[in-house]
Amino acid sequence: MGQSITVTVNGTVHTAEVEPRTLLVHFLREQLNLTGTHIGCDTSTCGCCTVHLDGDTILACSTLAVQCDGSEVRTVEGLQADDGALHPIQQAFHENHGLQCGFCTPGMMMAALGVIEQQPDASDDEIREALEGNLCRCTGYQNIVASVRAAADQMARS
Amino acid sequence: MAVDYTTQTTGGIGDAVLRKEDRKFVTGEGRYVDDLKLPAMLHAVFVRSPFGHARITAIDTSAALALPGVHAVLTHATLPVETGVLSASNPGGDVRHPEQAILAKEFARYAGEPVAMVIADDRYIARDGADLVHVDYDPLPVVVDAEKALEPGAPLVHAEYDSNLVKTLEHVTDGFDDAMAKAARVIKLRVDNQRVTPMPMETRGCIGDWSDSTGEVTLYTSTQVAHFVRTFVSIVCGTSEAKVRVVTPDVGGGFGAKLNTYREEFAVCAASHAVGRPIKWIEDRTENAVATIHGRAQVQYYEAGVDDNGRIVALKFDAVQNNGAYNMLLTPSISHLTLFMVPGLYDIQDISIRIRQTFTNTTPTDAYRGAGRPEATHGIERLMDAIADDLGIDAAEVRRRNFIQPEQFPYSSATGLIYDSGEYEANLDKALELSDYAGFPARRAESEQNGKHRGIGLSTYVEVCGLAPSAVTAALGIGAPGWEHSTVRLHPTGKATVITGTSPHGQGHATSWSQITQTELGIPFDDVEVIHGDTAFQPYGLGTYGSRSLAVGGIALYRSLGKVREKARELAAHLLECSIDDLEWTGTAWQVKGSPDRAKTIQELAYAGWTSASLPEGIEPVLEATTFHDPPNFTFPNGTHVCEVEIDPETGRIEILNYTAVDDCGNVINPLIVDGQVHGGIIQGLGQALFEETVYGEDGQMLTPTLVEYLVPSAADVPPMTLSRTVTPSPSNPLGVKGIGEAGTIGASAAIVNAAVDALSGLGIRHLEMPMQPGRVWKAMQEATS
Repeated sequence: MGQSITVTVNGTVHTAEVEPRTLLVHFLREQLNLTGTHIGCDTSTCGCCTVHLDGDTILACSTLAVQCDGSEVRTVEGLQADDGALHPIQQAFHENHGLQCGFCTPGMMMAALGVIEQQPDASDDEIREALEGNLCRCTGYQNIVASVRAAADQMARS
Repeated sequence: MAVDYTTQTTGGIGDAVLRKEDRKFVTGEGRYVDDLKLPAMLHAVFVRSPFGHARITAIDTSAALALPGVHAVLTHATLPVETGVLSASNPGGDVRHPEQAILAKEFARYAGEPVAMVIADDRYIARDGADLVHVDYDPLPVVVDAEKALEPGAPLVHAEYDSNLVKTLEHVTDGFDDAMAKAARVIKLRVDNQRVTPMPMETRGCIGDWSDSTGEVTLYTSTQVAHFVRTFVSIVCGTSEAKVRVVTPDVGGGFGAKLNTYREEFAVCAASHAVGRPIKWIEDRTENAVATIHGRAQVQYYEAGVDDNGRIVALKFDAVQNNGAYNMLLTPSISHLTLFMVPGLYDIQDISIRIRQTFTNTTPTDAYRGAGRPEATHGIERLMDAIADDLGIDAAEVRRRNFIQPEQFPYSSATGLIYDSGEYEANLDKALELSDYAGFPARRAESEQNGKHRGIGLSTYVEVCGLAPSAVTAALGIGAPGWEHSTVRLHPTGKATVITGTSPHGQGHATSWSQITQTELGIPFDDVEVIHGDTAFQPYGLGTYGSRSLAVGGIALYRSLGKVREKARELAAHLLECSIDDLEWTGTAWQVKGSPDRAKTIQELAYAGWTSASLPEGIEPVLEATTFHDPPNFTFPNGTHVCEVEIDPETGRIEILNYTAVDDCGNVINPLIVDGQVHGGIIQGLGQALFEETVYGEDGQMLTPTLVEYLVPSAADVPPMTLSRTVTPSPSNPLGVKGIGEAGTIGASAAIVNAAVDALSGLGIRHLEMPMQPGRVWKAMQEATS
């Protein structure tokens, strides 16, 4: 049985029919074709599916689409400026070699943005603690921490 | 970081160029296999054995088939395939290779073995359908431990054999017995290099699309080895390689887990043939834990005969390798890489090696980052510390006394390899200086005042990389070569297409290959397009693994660039009406020596070659060249890792305070990328040292099937690292490169364990097994002090 929901994703209002059991991540990927949000586990442990829901950092693999009725969701596809300029967090990951295979990157950037908004002056250790729910198997995290630090500094300046 | 460089957006060899791959990944426009949708595509979910060993007596698919949205349920009896999974590895020629059906035939031999396949409109319905497939199992006796599997009377994993032995690898030098008899003392050590799971963040997944009208099979799959997959799909599915196209879209990490040909890749192709529609399967994380290969799983027994100065005069190595229930693509060859590297970077000429490979009721093991070499390095580096401890010599000093010396290169190892180059002591010295090894005693005293145990550990390593000379792969019984392919094509606009047979999944080949092209051919970095990931465009290649991409694929590119440059030279001589000997290469143009006004840029020559208005005799149109490069030798990256830890006596928790790595990977194309590889490699080695272990219960159940039980390090678990390099160019290739993809993992685990053992040496602790989780360390401390 489908259920109608209205969700604003990256500023665009979508009204759609979903099964009550449909996960937000599948709604984004399969119904809205926003495939930048990835699935790395099924147990809320890897962070690949991290998005923002009404300003909070959440895991789209353990959120039902119907829970988001009337809400605003922001995904990696919503980071770039309208003129195509990269968001400071995107630019920082590029400039600091904060990604290799790229699979964890969208979730990692969304989680990092949450950290920067909550703790703009976070130390490197605090950044590490705050990102512990987002796993990366490629980078060893050193350049991810550097990326987040650089983005935080850039966002504080602008 | 100790390595200084300034990043830039373009550049040639040696520059820290930012990656051209990045933009699609940071914008969410990467295209991984689960992001692809084909018209009329259906979804598959596999029914897997819940038992470690069982006879399948009946499969009832009726309830699943009755579920609306389910299109088919396939089993061994109904899946249209010609054969089972094939292995390309048969060292010695007498390896036991039991049949591995695509879907289990009569027996399931590990928990997670696929038994049936449900095809439905979407993955939710397919999952529901899988729950409705009723399989009757008769459970059978199980063996999961490799040593127990070799005991008389152990349950047989494959009843057609009289034991669980897969193969014994042996290598004994003539002088071994005499040398060991003369040793002043013999130091023994048992090391359990535990089973681990690669866990790339993107699980496996694939889409099979079989066209009935053309007979063409297209497989989209998350793999490191598209061309192996193409050949094996053609064999298993009974069609021609020319009809099979394998596409590897963006691949979200591999680490060896995707250096294989898997049942599901064949199954989606065959199922697409059966159902007449494209079939997608995406592995979930728990499936990834049980259905994708594992690594390591090797128990080692060392006996080192040493003289009074701590020089190893004879070394005995006896190991048992857990192959799991079946041999995958390279399984029997992985411990052969261990065999190669048993002596490490030490001058040990009298050696005795035996490695017994066994079947067990577990997921098959195969190549995981380092693949056989981390096992060898971890063991010998633990052994060096045991020798230092036994003789009361400093850990760095005992290594110095045993190192192969610079003047010994090229060095013939006791295991039959020719090491290319290295300055191990200079590398060690640099690492000791960067880590302030000399100042450690003061830091230890300070920690002791704070009630903490502090230790420092070394790991000096050499690895065999650049897989592989084809003559060697043949001698090892690997039914595949080791060369790599490249094509370079210049377009009329002067821009270049580079086609490579390597298969990057995070390594940044598009960037590094563009840098090589800029330096060697003068085509600007931004004007180079690197093509990979589709067998329709890259007709041949062997993929990315074994730190081979640069040392083999990069050289294939280098040679094609040289061929294009020389063809351009002939064209330039023709157009400038001079002899080719009158020309000199400026880096971007051919010019008449000493006459800058008489020159043709590479772009002008690309256009002239394309228009073909006036070509020299015997020269074909278009500046294009192809190379199949077979390396003359392996490469031998090496280095020193130093780790400093503090251990809390109350909890057993190990905190890494400093981590220094000095690696020698020969010449560097892009220091930014090289450092990234080292960072990631070290943290995978750290994961094995501190957290990761794939655990089976005695009943064959896997106890670590999710990321909740299987502890992949997070940012909060790992230290910042200090990196540096020494450079001894490899004489085996014209770029002098060695490879860096696995170095960090190979070097790391022993440095961390040696540091922890050093920290607890005051309690009388002489050895710790991995993973050194707090509970294990705490228990060891309690036992030592009680």
